[in-house]
Formats: sequence, C-alpha cells, structure tokens
Amino acid sequence: MHRVVITGAGTVNALGHNVSETLTAMREGRCGIGALEFQDVDRLAIKIGGQVRGFEAEGRYNRQQMSLYDRFTQFTLAAAKEAIEQSGLIFSGDEAAKSGVILGTAAGGVSTWDQNYRLVYEEGKNRVHPFVVPKLMNNAAASHVSMEWNLKGPSFTVATACASSNHAMAQAFQMVRTGMAPVMITGGSESMLCFGGIKAWEGLRVMSKDACRPFSANRNGMVQGEGAGIFVFEEYEHARARGAEILCEVAGFGMSSDAADIVMPSKNGAARAMSGALADAGVDADDVGYINAHGTGTAANDKTECASVADVFGPHADKLMISSTKSMHGHLIGGTGAVELLACIMALREGVIAPTIGYEEPDPECALDVVPNEAREANVDVVLSNAFAFGGMNAVLALRKI
Amino acid sequence: MSIKDKVIEIVAEQAMLERGDVALENTLEDLGIDSLGLVESIFAIEEEFDIQIPFNANEPKASDFDISNVQSIITGIEKLVSEQKI
Repeated sequence: MHRVVITGAGTVNALGHNVSETLTAMREGRCGIGALEFQDVDRLAIKIGGQVRGFEAEGRYNRQQMSLYDRFTQFTLAAAKEAIEQSGLIFSGDEAAKSGVILGTAAGGVSTWDQNYRLVYEEGKNRVHPFVVPKLMNNAAASHVSMEWNLKGPSFTVATACASSNHAMAQAFQMVRTGMAPVMITGGSESMLCFGGIKAWEGLRVMSKDACRPFSANRNGMVQGEGAGIFVFEEYEHARARGAEILCEVAGFGMSSDAADIVMPSKNGAARAMSGALADAGVDADDVGYINAHGTGTAANDKTECASVADVFGPHADKLMISSTKSMHGHLIGGTGAVELLACIMALREGVIAPTIGYEEPDPECALDVVPNEAREANVDVVLSNAFAFGGMNAVLALRKI
Repeated sequence: MSIKDKVIEIVAEQAMLERGDVALENTLEDLGIDSLGLVESIFAIEEEFDIQIPFNANEPKASDFDISNVQSIITGIEKLVSEQKI
C-alpha cells in the first residue's frame, strides 16, 4: 500500500475564485450567501444562495468552449487549473496513461437542462442546440479535465447526492493507494442555482429563507451554494522524488449506506462511516482534533450528526472541534465535500479552524464545540471530513498533517 | 442579406475565419469544420432560416442535403427555403 498526499488544490465558490481567497474568507468568518440573481427568481420562495459572483465565463472560454461548458464544467476547469498548476505536474507518457480524473456531482448540467426546457416548453421552440447532451451530462466536467491535461487513466463521475465528491475523492485515494495510478485529479462541482434547480429543492421544504445556521437552536434549513473544489492526489514517494510541496496526507476513508430512508439521516450510518475512516487510516478516535461537519443547518442532520459523533468519539467528542463551513459558502451538494476539504487542509497546515458562522443559540441536541462564529487557532494532526447524502449514502475522509 | 451571404457568415463564424476567406468551392474540411462543427452549423442555419434540414450525422451522404462544399450547401438551403415557405 502506498501513502497518498495532496499536492494541489483549486476552487471556485461563493467565498472566492481561488483557494487563497476562500481560506481568507473562512478565516474571517465571512458569509458568501446573498440574494440570488437569475431569471424568474421572483417566482421562487427561496431567494438566497451561495452564488459565485464576478466569474465571467466570457473571455475565459472561447465560443466553441462556451457551447460545450455548462457552468459546473466552467467552475471545474478553473479549479482544476489552479490545482494542477500548484502541483507543477505536466502529464505525458506512461504517467499520463495511468493518471485519471474522478469527480463528484449530484446533478451535472442543471442550468443547461433548465435553459433548454425553457426554450422548448415555455418558448415553444422545436429545436435545441446540438451540444445540449454533451454539455449537460454528469461526466462532462471530468471529461474536459481529462482532455485539457492529457489524463488518460481511470476517469469517471460519481453521483451520490451530497456525498458525491467525498465518494469521488475516496475512490481516487484508493486508486493511488493501491498503485493503480500515480496521480489522480479529484474533487467535485455543482451548479444548480437556476430557477428549475431551486424550484425542485423548494419542494422538499428543507431550505432556509434567511440563513444557514448549522447547530444553532434557531436553525431553519439549508442554503444552496455552487462551485467546485479540485485536488491533486499523488503517491507520496512520487511527490517527494520531484520535490513537490505537500499540503497534507489523505490517510483513509469510510463509507456506509443507511439502507433505511431516502431522505432522513441515520445516526448509525453516519457513525459507521466515521469509525470506518478512523480504522482505515489507522488512527485512534482521540487523535482527531477537528471534524468538518456535514452540518447542513437542517433540524434532522445537525442533531443526528452530533449524536453520531458522540457515539464514535465518546468523551473525546467534548474535546474535539466540529464546524460547518456551509454557513459561509452554502451547500454545494455534489461538490460540497471538495470545497470543505479546503477547511481541513487549512486546519492541518495553518492551524486555523474555520468557524460555524450564523450561530446564535445553543442547541442541547448539538452540544459540541462547533467553533461558533469566529475562527480559532489550534494545532491539529488528524481531521475528518463528513458527507452524509440523501439516499443514506455516507462518505468520510480522514486527513493527516505531514 | 441574401441566403448566400448569410450562409457564408454562419460558416465563417464556425470556422473562425473572415467572411472573405470562405470560397464557394471550399469543402467544410478545407475550412477546418469537423463533424461537430457541421452539426452546429446546420443548427445555426435552421435557426436563421426557420427551416428543417434533413441531415443525419450517422449517414451524411444518405440525405438529400448535399454538403460537399459551400456552394452545394447554399443551393440546398435555397431549395429548402423556397419549399418550406408557405
């Protein structure tokens, strides 16, 4: 078995168009959630989200690319560029043949579906652009990353709703760990901030109209975000041999399925994923200093998550820190674990724990140290990143300082 | 703008060329337009003239629509426009 490290990171999200802007915002506890801006937003009950602003696709991509890149692909390519440039890798020969791309997205090109349904249903058109299918397909982003950087190894897209990017990263980790690939590009992206995307979510009645306040007693639901987080997972000796800067080690993962309910979370399923990650990484529960929570800000998730942390960690649950950065960037659904991994890297590398902002009232059912409202300096060696999806599919990553 | 000029404009845009660089005897291949580019050009032409072009990318030679060069495309579209106008 090989050790796996992260040698590049990139992102676009409501807090910033790159990693440094995003980490600065997390450190300052800044909120990227605001009024949504797109066609027909006035017909929505939910009018807030973590929308990416000032990201001009025009000028960044040419006309041909624009006809093929949905917004989720645009975010992915910008984040992948940042990550791969940071790693310093240029893929050719045998290395290119073995290295691949595994990304997560829950829904792929939602705004492409939305725009084209609008054309044929509302405007009564009988013809759509020829690239609608290659633009909206869930694997479009992964495919364009593979083409742009000559990645010819195992490549695909994972869809497990809110756990998509954690499942993708776990799979990429496994491929590097077993020696199947020297390098994998992984992470995830999502962009459903359009009329149809939000209208669908409204139906579930789990969305907040005013703010995402994870773990706070007065929380009233989730807030959607959009964007991408992309990472370079590399075999440790491969990275060392070329003198790459190592951001942290990916130590292990755990996955589980609740096999219970299509939307309600399960304490047991979440606990099994966390315990599985600890066992896989070979670390004791007491070594974990920080958990980046799934922390959606819904009544059900936050109390279930806290109860499962208490089960897994016992008395140590009161000593570790757990925060939800969704309070700042919103819930990026299939891309969320990837953007949240940045908070984990910041904790390990910089000793700064990102806060849970919007925290107003303690909830006895969430009685953990949720790092309320202000970032905190702390030295942590091992962290977990939780993702618990609709459909009961859970994926937890364990990262270690290196 | 005539049908001919409009088609040349669409083809030139697809090929990322100036209109003056598109000659009637050019094939799409001459202009660097690949199969996806062809499908996109057909879409743009259909949109422009509000016509249906009988073209199946699986069998480009089987349809009545002759795409062997720019002139043949223009001729085909002129015919379709006159037939499909009520």
